[in-house]
Formats: sequence, structure tokens, C-alpha cells
Amino acid sequence: MAVKDYLRQRFFPQIWCAGCGHGIVMGGMIRAIEQLGLDKNEVVLVSGIGCSSRVAGYLDFHTMHTLHGRALAFASGVKLGRPHLKVIAPMGDGDALAIGGNHLIHAARRNIDVTAIIMNNSIYGMTGGQTSPLTPFTKRGTTAVFGTIDHCFDIAQLAKGAGASFVARTTTYHAKEMIKMIHDAINHKGFSLVEVMSQCPTYYGRKNDLGAAVDMMKGFRDGTVRKGSKKLEEHPEFVERGVLVNEARPEYVSSYMDLIEKLRGERENLEQGAASR
Amino acid sequence: MEEKKEVIINREWCKGCGICVAFCPKKVLDLDDEEKACWVNPEKCINCGLCELRCPDVAIELE
Ligand code: SF4
Ligand code: SF4
Ligand code: SF4
Repeated sequence: MAVKDYLRQRFFPQIWCAGCGHGIVMGGMIRAIEQLGLDKNEVVLVSGIGCSSRVAGYLDFHTMHTLHGRALAFASGVKLGRPHLKVIAPMGDGDALAIGGNHLIHAARRNIDVTAIIMNNSIYGMTGGQTSPLTPFTKRGTTAVFGTIDHCFDIAQLAKGAGASFVARTTTYHAKEMIKMIHDAINHKGFSLVEVMSQCPTYYGRKNDLGAAVDMMKGFRDGTVRKGSKKLEEHPEFVERGVLVNEARPEYVSSYMDLIEKLRGERENLEQGAASR
Repeated sequence: MEEKKEVIINREWCKGCGICVAFCPKKVLDLDDEEKACWVNPEKCINCGLCELRCPDVAIELE
């Protein structure tokens, strides 16, 4: 299918600012899903609130646009109710790591088969450029005009520590790498998370003198390195890209189904025992 | 050899961000007077598809 066939074209041109990275991530999601050969009816997108959450409105799958920070709670419910569906949560850094932080760590801990795509632009775009838990130390937002004194999370390390069994990080500049990571994350059985560093030229870029979208993407190109590369040893300040965790661990819904089956079997045995007595 | 694809720009959706122009490896694209992307040097295009993948507005298709 053509990329356009996955869009709700009546909502286009989309509302994001010129050069906003979220559109690149949305394109990556479409291409990954297309490569996986999934039917539109097999995919559920569940989003919370924020610029990034609009993805669920633009794409023509089963979609839910839910509460701020709660996408993973709804996504977990959908997955438990309909385990055969692929459940994907497009989220923003504020949405996923501030109000939604608890849902994130517990979804990771349970290892439920849901894929979180976190578009990290280090700011709250939709509400006017407030700092988020991903705004780096000393960087500016409308709520930190002199630079924030908070330190930011490392999403990938947090997810890893919480128990996510697939964790990857890339940027909007690395579009091909992103498609592969999203593809592999959706295919992974267990909780998977892809952090995509994304540009918000309107707020984060402007408040921090980072230039236009193109300049911000050059920053992603020049400020990140592939996992395991020599450059990282020489420049530990660079951000590491790549699949950082990929391990097999019992998945939550499967464990739940196994438990139901086991208990049913035990009950049947008891009933048969009682009947033959 | 496969036939070369055309780079089609959807002018209604293009927002003139310049991402495709800046990162085209062969300098094939440019913004016109209306700040819309144009495939100005088609003969140099290597059909790498990067412009399509990086366009945030789904405004480029290789056909
Ligand atoms: S405010 Fe920022 S994140 Fe929101 S659409 Fe504009 S550029 Fe994108
Ligand atoms: S990347 Fe897309 S929106 Fe930006 S100038 Fe090129 S065609 Fe237009
Ligand atoms: S396909 Fe590649 S070479 Fe051709 S215009 Fe797009 S980015 Fe440039």
C-alpha cells in the first residue's frame, strides 16, 4: 500500500508546525507497519495528549486519543482484551515521562506486549514551550527562562532499569534506522520502546537558539553516534543510538493466559474427581 | 535496470521547511518563490528516497 493509504487524508495538510519532527516519526511508523505487512485492522494506536499524540488522529488504524499520560494504561487494557492485535502508543516526552511516568515504568516492568514510540523533543510543544522532564540541564523553556536547574531523564536507561525487554534510540535525521527500529520493536514480544529524538523548532529550537528544523536535525546527525562505535569512546558526550536492549522474557498477557489455562485445568480435574466419587 | 522514479511534491501539503532540500545528497531539490519544494535537477536524482522518508508532511512521493 502507498504511504498515503494509511492516512486520514481529510485532516491534511496536518497541523504540526513546518519542520516539526513528529511528522517524520509518523512516516516512519507507517513504513514500518507497511513492511510488516500488517492489515489496518490488526493495528491499534493509543495516544495521550500533546503534539505527538495527534499521530493517532492522522493514521487510519483503530485509534484511541485518550487522557494525558495515560496512553499506556489504555493500551494495556486493549492488549489484554484483544491479544492478537498490535498495540502501539505514540507519545511525547512530557506525556510519557512526567504525568505518564508511572504507567511507563509499570508497563515496562510487566513486560506487556505494547510498543511505545516516544517522540522526545525536550519540551511541551502544544501548551507553549514549558520544560519537560527531558529538558536538559541549563536549557531554556517558557517556564525556565534562565535555563532549567532540573536534570533530565535518560529515557532509554529508565526503560531498561524498569524492565523493558526492547529499548532503542534514534533521531528524525536517521529515518531509515528509525523505520528498522520501529519495525523490530513492533515485532518484539514484550514491552518495547523506541525513543526518537525529534525537533520542535517552534519552542525548543527558538528558546535555545538552535535554529530551524534543518539545523536541529544537523545537531542530531552530529551529536549522536551508533552504539559500539569508536567515536563514542572518544566522545562520551555524544548520545548513543541503536538497539540498547533486546532480550526474551515472559510476556504479561501470555503469562496471564497460561495462568488461566492452568487454573481451568486444575478446576476440571477437581470436578472430574468429584463426579467420579 | 529499473526505470527512474519521479519525485512528486504535493504543493498543498508542503510547508517549505527545507529539510528535503538541505539533506538531498545530490542537491536535486530547491524551494521556489512560494516556499514549496521543487525537483529542480531531476537528472542528478539517484532515487535514494531520503527526501520522502524525511519529509515531515508526507508531501513527497517517489513514483
Ligand atoms: S509546537 Fe513544537 S512539537 Fe508542537 S507541532 Fe510545533 S514544532 Fe511540533
Ligand atoms: S521536507 Fe516536505 S514539507 Fe519540507 S520542504 Fe520538503 S517537501 Fe516541503
Ligand atoms: S530521491 Fe534522493 S537524490 Fe532524489 S531528490 Fe530525493 S533525496 Fe535527492
